[in-house]
Formats: sequence, structure tokens, C-alpha cells
Amino acid sequence: MSLDTADYRKREESITYSAEPAGEGETHELLTLNIGPHHPATHGVLRLLATLEGEVVRDIKPIIGYVHTGIEKTAEDKAYWKVIPVVERMDYLAYYFNSLAFCGAVETLLDVEVPPRAQYLRVIHLELNRIMSHLVWLGTSALDLGAISMFWYCFRERETILDLFEMTSGQRMHTRYFQVGGVMEDIPRGFAAKLRTFLADMPNRADQYADLLEKNQIVFERLHGVCPLDAETLLSLGVTGPLLRAAGNPWDLRKAAPYCSYDHFDFKIPVGTVGDNYDRYRVRHAEIYESVKIISQALEGLPEGPYITTDRKVALPPRHELATSMEALIHHFKLVTEGFRVPPGEAYYAIEGPRGELGCFVRADGSSKPARVHMRDSSFVNLQALSPMVQDSYLADLIATLAMLDPILGGIDR
Amino acid sequence: MCSREGTPPVPDATGLEQTANALRDRNAESILGTDFGRGDRAVLLVNPAHVIDTLTYLKTEGYTFLASLHGVDYYPDEPRLGVLYELLDMTEVDRITVKARVHTDNPRIATATGLFPGANFPEREVYDMFGVVFEGHPDMRRILMPEDFEGFPQRRDFPVGGEPVLFTYNEENSYGKWI
Amino acid sequence: MEIKREPLSGPGAPSDFRARQLMARDMLRGDLEGEALERYVKENVLTTTVEKAVAWSQGNSIWPLTFGLACCAIEMMSIVGARVDVARFGWEAFWASPRQADLLILSGRVSVKMAPVIRRIYDQMLEPRWAISMGACCSSMGVFNNYALVPADKFLPIDVHVPGCPPRPEALLHGILRLREKIHGTERDGWRERYHAVGTEEVLPNGTTSSASDAAINVFPGGDTAGA
Repeated sequence: MSLDTADYRKREESITYSAEPAGEGETHELLTLNIGPHHPATHGVLRLLATLEGEVVRDIKPIIGYVHTGIEKTAEDKAYWKVIPVVERMDYLAYYFNSLAFCGAVETLLDVEVPPRAQYLRVIHLELNRIMSHLVWLGTSALDLGAISMFWYCFRERETILDLFEMTSGQRMHTRYFQVGGVMEDIPRGFAAKLRTFLADMPNRADQYADLLEKNQIVFERLHGVCPLDAETLLSLGVTGPLLRAAGNPWDLRKAAPYCSYDHFDFKIPVGTVGDNYDRYRVRHAEIYESVKIISQALEGLPEGPYITTDRKVALPPRHELATSMEALIHHFKLVTEGFRVPPGEAYYAIEGPRGELGCFVRADGSSKPARVHMRDSSFVNLQALSPMVQDSYLADLIATLAMLDPILGGIDR
Repeated sequence: MCSREGTPPVPDATGLEQTANALRDRNAESILGTDFGRGDRAVLLVNPAHVIDTLTYLKTEGYTFLASLHGVDYYPDEPRLGVLYELLDMTEVDRITVKARVHTDNPRIATATGLFPGANFPEREVYDMFGVVFEGHPDMRRILMPEDFEGFPQRRDFPVGGEPVLFTYNEENSYGKWI
Repeated sequence: MEIKREPLSGPGAPSDFRARQLMARDMLRGDLEGEALERYVKENVLTTTVEKAVAWSQGNSIWPLTFGLACCAIEMMSIVGARVDVARFGWEAFWASPRQADLLILSGRVSVKMAPVIRRIYDQMLEPRWAISMGACCSSMGVFNNYALVPADKFLPIDVHVPGCPPRPEALLHGILRLREKIHGTERDGWRERYHAVGTEEVLPNGTTSSASDAAINVFPGGDTAGA
């Protein structure tokens, strides 16, 4: 089933002749412009074939695959424990979310109960990751619009969050902190204090970012009323997350189908009205405040208890037990060499990532390696909305809309 | 799953059977089986020729959102290639899965892009990774691999591949040394 | 605590300063001769070769290409941030056009589809140009040793490999400083020089020894790494 390259070229050019009637003896032709894969504004290696009429975009075709890493294939080759770091590297700004989706699916298959302390710790790290992802988005989007100093402010907050991640897990990114059954380790001394300082600071900082950007006439005109898309089209395209919420539909899996103790916390879902770029920006910015609220509630209400399941067939026993208990030693050995075996079955576990519904499908065939791991990545499906969004808008608006769409190519290409 | 309470109501086994029976009433050979698995997972195993009818019916029943469309290789069970449609009912927070399995010698299924335009990229990905051709798809070509790539990488009999790790004894003959 | 005040002596002393002022005045007038002139030149003029001067300026003002592939790109963006500030070294001008950039920091995994694109971009860069392979994925295959990735060494001459997944910004900065030393020509041998390693040269299977700076250690004869 192979199609030759000439066929591909023809298929990639969609419209070549303008619909407008030409003048006397003239022909109109549309310009096909290739943007990327190496381009400062494409947020990763995304290639866009834009068909332009003057400065107006008539059609756009995204071409992806430039960072395809075959993660799902690699995951079939590794034990479940070892899949966690591999799968974390898909959507590389939401690594805790990737690992939660996978761990959640495996926990469903294994029927393992996650202790409440682990759930609260997971929520703290997830919401910190959400804030961090939105900060990087804000910094790089403002960079695309030309407001370059936002980049430094946002990355300054990001460094504080990464320090917190480094305190709990030793790594700044791709921390492998979530394990099947709980989290890898309890939080160290000093983490709560540092987190409280950060939480006291973050709303002020977010206010400062709003002040910097929103009172600026240029930012306002570039975002307001630009490239709106209504909620029905977004739903038919499968788009969720801040894009859908900006269009007015308050769908959020944390409220609709709560997982991981999200129903214990009191928070609101920011929802936009029109669905233009300004609403998308405002929804994400407001989500930062809500995440701060969730983290402070989780920190105050952090229950005592184990940080990982006590089922020794799934989670490693604590080190001090290895010296005294034979069963602990054998469990440790089996878990580290072969890994736990998951009974045959399939599971699809969906969570609310920073860009929408992030789902993980795991098929287990009874062995210690998964038979199929598939991530339903939100950016992959959200990218389909780019084409209807930028129809008949300017090229500069295309760049701004791409920034507001928040595509993460690692998740798109996997 | 993280928490037992707050679990959304998914079609339980009886609800699933009722849906399956309603579908069988419409078309006797469409539903090949049902499965109600761990984590309240409801799966309808569907004859690949009648996938679109099933999806249309489920869409009218309220499952209007296509959450995920992906492929699975069930090697060595035949029929080998499975295409799974994860549907979501947003008003009642219900999930249901439709599974269609095709053989490798004739891997064709009708496209779902007419019902769910959001199936465009996922179907291209299933074609790219497994070789399942979706008939009627507006743009059926590879999406993640290079256009002239041969083979379907995520099939179970495709090797994982990779490069050998460089040590001093094998770096002379490999790509590692430029000077 | 008693505070002692002493007049400065030596290079910073006021008398020394006055003497230097007078010497500079004489130099300008053309009155310095002989030994005084030689001393003045030795203190105030630096001689070097053109290559060294050019290399010094090149190493201190490299313009990297804005090239981010995957997760390592985010850490590369952090070095531009305020905590690990690459502007200290003059490297903050990240350039979008390959024709005006000096350095290609390959940050992230290089897939099969992207490799020819990267090669083309590298070819568009003008000499002198350097390449840093940041992260484990492009240096070796990293976490993902599979069909979809290409190690950067296969199609691009890399000057510095920075390990890590992703490397901390400080680690990338260390790699950048090593590249800067390489450009300046003051490249160090690393741990061998630091620990005065003697007798750690390895013996390759055909009996020759490899030089200290480019071989790995602890490779057993016959290429057998069992027990390493």
C-alpha cells in the first residue's frame, strides 16, 4: 500500500487558484508558503503548509512527524515500571500528567488502591505542573507576539517550581515521581514551607503578568476577536481543555469525572465566552489562580499515611525491610528484575491535562510488559482545529493563534 | 483508579447489554460480542462492515464525543488488527468503547470522519502505524513516519530497531568517529 | 576590634598611580625611551596571534541557532532565563536564520524525518560553525533506542556532547564552556589532567594504545565488556 511521492505533493497543495474573479487578462494564483519545521514561531518542529492570498491564509495543512520517537513501540518492550519514564517524555511540559494517565490505567487493570496521601501528593504535583506548563506557554506566546520580556518573568517562576520538583524527586523535568500505586517518595522536610512561599507569591506574580499584557493596546488588538471558533465545531473535532472552555463549554474532567481526589477540593473552572484568542489566553491565565487554590487546599489537608500502596506485589518494599524480611527481599527481587505482571485486559484512563483530555490506553496480556500503550494526546487532536480557526485570517494572526493553541510537538508526534 | 467514590456512571453490564440488543435489533450481524471489564469499561465488539451504523446509532443515543481512535495489534490472535473508538457522552459522563477487528490481508474499514471530523488525524495515525486503510478518508497518507517509509511500525512483528551502543571496540567501524 | 589604617603600597598605591600617570604622559609625548619604554610596553600592551585573537572573540560571542526539538529545548530556553544566564558569556543572541548563526544546539530527539532537515540547516550555516548535541537522545539514542531515532553523530560532526535527560541548564552551560575552551584552543583533557592519571591508557585488541583524550576506559581486550 505505497503511494509515490508525487502523489503526496499534489495532495499537500490544496487550493491553487483563488475563488475571486481575476481582472482583464490576469490570473490569480495562491502562494503556498512552507513554514517550518525549523521556524522560531512554530513551538517545536511543526511544519505548516500555508496557502496564502496576499497576507490572508486560505488554507493550512499541518505536517507533523518530525519528532516522532516511537515511544509507544518502545513501551511495549519494557516492563511496566520502566514504561513510566518513557511515557513521561511524550508531552514534555506535562510529564506528571503523562505518568498519571499511564499509572492510572495500570492501576485500573491491577485493581490497586492508591492511598489518600499519595493522591493528595499527586494532586499537588499535577497542579504545580499545570502552572508550569501555563507559564511556559505564556512566556513563549508572548515571545511570539513580540512582548519579549514576559519570557524572563515566566521562566523565573518556572525555576521556583522546578526547584520544588527537584526537592521531591531529584530531577527538574521527567521526574519519574509517580509510580503505579502511589508516588516514589514522601515529600522532604522544607518542601511544605517552600511551597507555601511559592503559593503566597504566585497570585501576585500572575497579577503582574496580567498587568503587563492586558493593558497593552497591541496585545489587545492582536488577541481580541481574532480567530474565534465555536464550541460545536471544537467538540466535533474532539478538542477539549482550555480551547473548549474558552468557547464557552465548561467541560473539565476534574469536575465531571473526578479522579485522584479532585472532588475533595473546591475550585472553579474559568470559562470564556467568544472563543477567540483573547479568551484562550484569559482562560489559561485564570487557571493558574485556580491551581494555586487547589494546591493550598491539598497542602493544608494532606493526610497521614503511606505514600504508595502497601501491596508488595506492585510496589517496592521500604529499604529497611529488606534486612529483616525474606518476603520483602523476594518481592524486591521480582519487582526489580521482572516487574509485576498485570492480568489480561484493556483500560483507558482519561485525565484533564493542561491542554485537554489526556488519555492512556493500556492493553495487558498477562506478562510483565504491556502489549499496547497508546496515549490519546490532547495536542494531537487539538491541532486539527488549527485549520478551521485560521481560515481567512492574516498570517500574523496565524502565528498568534498557533501560540494560543499551545501545541506540544512531543505529544503530537509521540 | 485513583478514587472509588466519585466514579462516573458508565453503562453497567445491563445497560451495555441493552445497548447491544438495540443494535442487534437494527442489524443482526453488527454486534459480535460485548465485554464489561475492570474499571467499569464497556466494550462493544462490532463487525467491521457495520462500524459506521453502530457509531451513528451511538451518536444519536448521546455519545457525541469521540475521545480517542486508536489501533491495537492483537497478534497472535486473529483477526489481528483492532480499531478502537472511545466514545464519551458528555451530558451523562458515560464512556463506551467500540472495537472492530480486521485481518491483515484486507485491513479496510469505513472512515468515521463523516460523523466525527476529529477522527481525521487519528485515522491517519492508525493507517501509518498499523496499515488499516480507512475508506472515504479525505487524506489517507502517512502522518508520523516519512512518506516513503515501508512497513507499519507498531505491528507486533515489526522489530523495535535501534542503533548499537558505541564502545571503543566497535566505534572505529561505526558512525561515531569523524576525525 | 581595632581598625588599622595603613597607606597602600604596591600596585594600587597612590604614589604608584602618580608614577603611572607620569609615564603615560611621557609616552604620549614620545619622551619614554629605553628601559622605561620596555617596561611600559610589557605592562600595558598585549601581544597575541591573529588566530588567538579571532578565536577569543569568536568564543565570546557565539550566536546559537534557535533550534529546539523536544524536551531539551525547554532546558535550553532556561539557560536564556535569568537564573543560568548565558548572556554572561555573550551568547544570548539566539538567531533564527542559519546563515547568520554559528552554533547549532541539537536539543532533543532527532527523528528519521527530521534528520535531513537538520543536515540541510547545518549546511546552510557558514564556517566556522559548531554543533552541540544536547541530551542523551541525540548524543547516543537516549531513552529510546528504536526505529524512529537517529543519533546525531551519524549525519553531523558534533563538537560537544552534553549528557543528561534533559541535562540541567548548568550541565548545558558546562558543555557550552567546554566548547568555548575548544574554540579558544585551551581544551582540557578532563579528568585525566585533573587527577594526573598515569598508567590508565588502555590497550586496544591489536596492541596499540589509544591517546588519552579520545578513548574510553575499562574496555577489556577482545572487546568483551562482561564484568566491566
